[in-house]
Amino acid sequence: MRKNGDKPILIMPGEAESAVSATAAHRASLVGINDALADKGFITTTTDDIINWARTGSLMWMTFGLACCAVEMMQAAMPRYDMERFGFAPRASPRQSDVIIVAGTLTNKMAPAIRKVYDQMPDPKWVISMGSCANGGGYYHYSYSVVRGCDRVLPVDIYVPGCPPSAEALMYGILLLQRKIRRTGTIER
Amino acid sequence: MAMMDEQSLADLAEHVAEQLGDAVRDVGVAHGQLQMVADKDRIREVLRFLRDDPRCRFVAFTDICGVDWPEREERFEVVYHLLSPYHNARVRVKAPVAEGEAVPSVIEVFPGAEWYEREVWDMYGVFFSDHPDLRRILTDYGFSGHPLRKDFPVTGHVEVRYDEDLKRVIYEPVNLQQAWREFDFLSPWKGEPPVLPGDEKATDEEAGA
Repeated sequence: MRKNGDKPILIMPGEAESAVSATAAHRASLVGINDALADKGFITTTTDDIINWARTGSLMWMTFGLACCAVEMMQAAMPRYDMERFGFAPRASPRQSDVIIVAGTLTNKMAPAIRKVYDQMPDPKWVISMGSCANGGGYYHYSYSVVRGCDRVLPVDIYVPGCPPSAEALMYGILLLQRKIRRTGTIER
Repeated sequence: MAMMDEQSLADLAEHVAEQLGDAVRDVGVAHGQLQMVADKDRIREVLRFLRDDPRCRFVAFTDICGVDWPEREERFEVVYHLLSPYHNARVRVKAPVAEGEAVPSVIEVFPGAEWYEREVWDMYGVFFSDHPDLRRILTDYGFSGHPLRKDFPVTGHVEVRYDEDLKRVIYEPVNLQQAWREFDFLSPWKGEPPVLPGDEKATDEEAGA
């Protein structure tokens, strides 16, 4: 919540996507909320909604750049695509992050390490598998040293295809993850 | 500074052959670069000469790589690449070595060789004597075999997955879920096989030279 003079403005669930999918109805609902706040000074909502709003609006992601996909991942975080406008900020510590983006080729040697990082993340946590190599081994599918898909090691929520996926593709994956959290989100996990 | 021309390279080859005697053979110029085959037991002497001789001054150590020739009696070849910033020239020194034989480590001549020798050991199983720390460098902990040998299967012997009961990543024998595919780069829509870029460089007399 932000203060704007004495008029409080509440950012509602779904507003994170407003930059790409703002509709007239959506704006109307925001105006309605604003009016209710101006009139009564408070609004009511459900706990689920407010928790999901908090979760989707502040997803800290664990950077796990393994190969060239990492460059696209950085690009998505840089000012041109600027994932932070969705509250999606990099956090280079597993103990303080919600999402891990597996960006690149996962090798056998790295597999125990990535699982350890994942285990260190607090619940609830999600996994985005980025690029062909992380999705299923990709170019290195038959290699002696590469894991044939990071879902052999981690439970993946979103697969982003591409070699490497563009920054837009990764961002679309992130919006899909937010939608998934809103759809399936519960307090227990 | 201009690259060395053919004539001065040939002169240098003659000089090196003369000075090193029977430590090297087949000294010549290949692909615009000085090239020689060295006796592996005298590789230190050869590299030290190439480093210190005023007409050579190959002081920059570029690379060591390995080659596997299964059909040859001396199966492996360790190839040293050096650069002379003084004369703008490069040299390629090949040392044939049979399976189970050791090559003297060249760390005392070029300290930078340490990790390259570990890599050749890791990938080909060529042993380097007097190396202070000859461990694997790239492959997984507990890896068995040497993956760049021609007889090593591409898919290897083990694969990993997370075991939900043991709560850790485990190793299992390889079980390919997707059948092996041979990628031949041929288009089913075109009649004759295309000439791949780079093919024209591989001629018979140069292959394996």
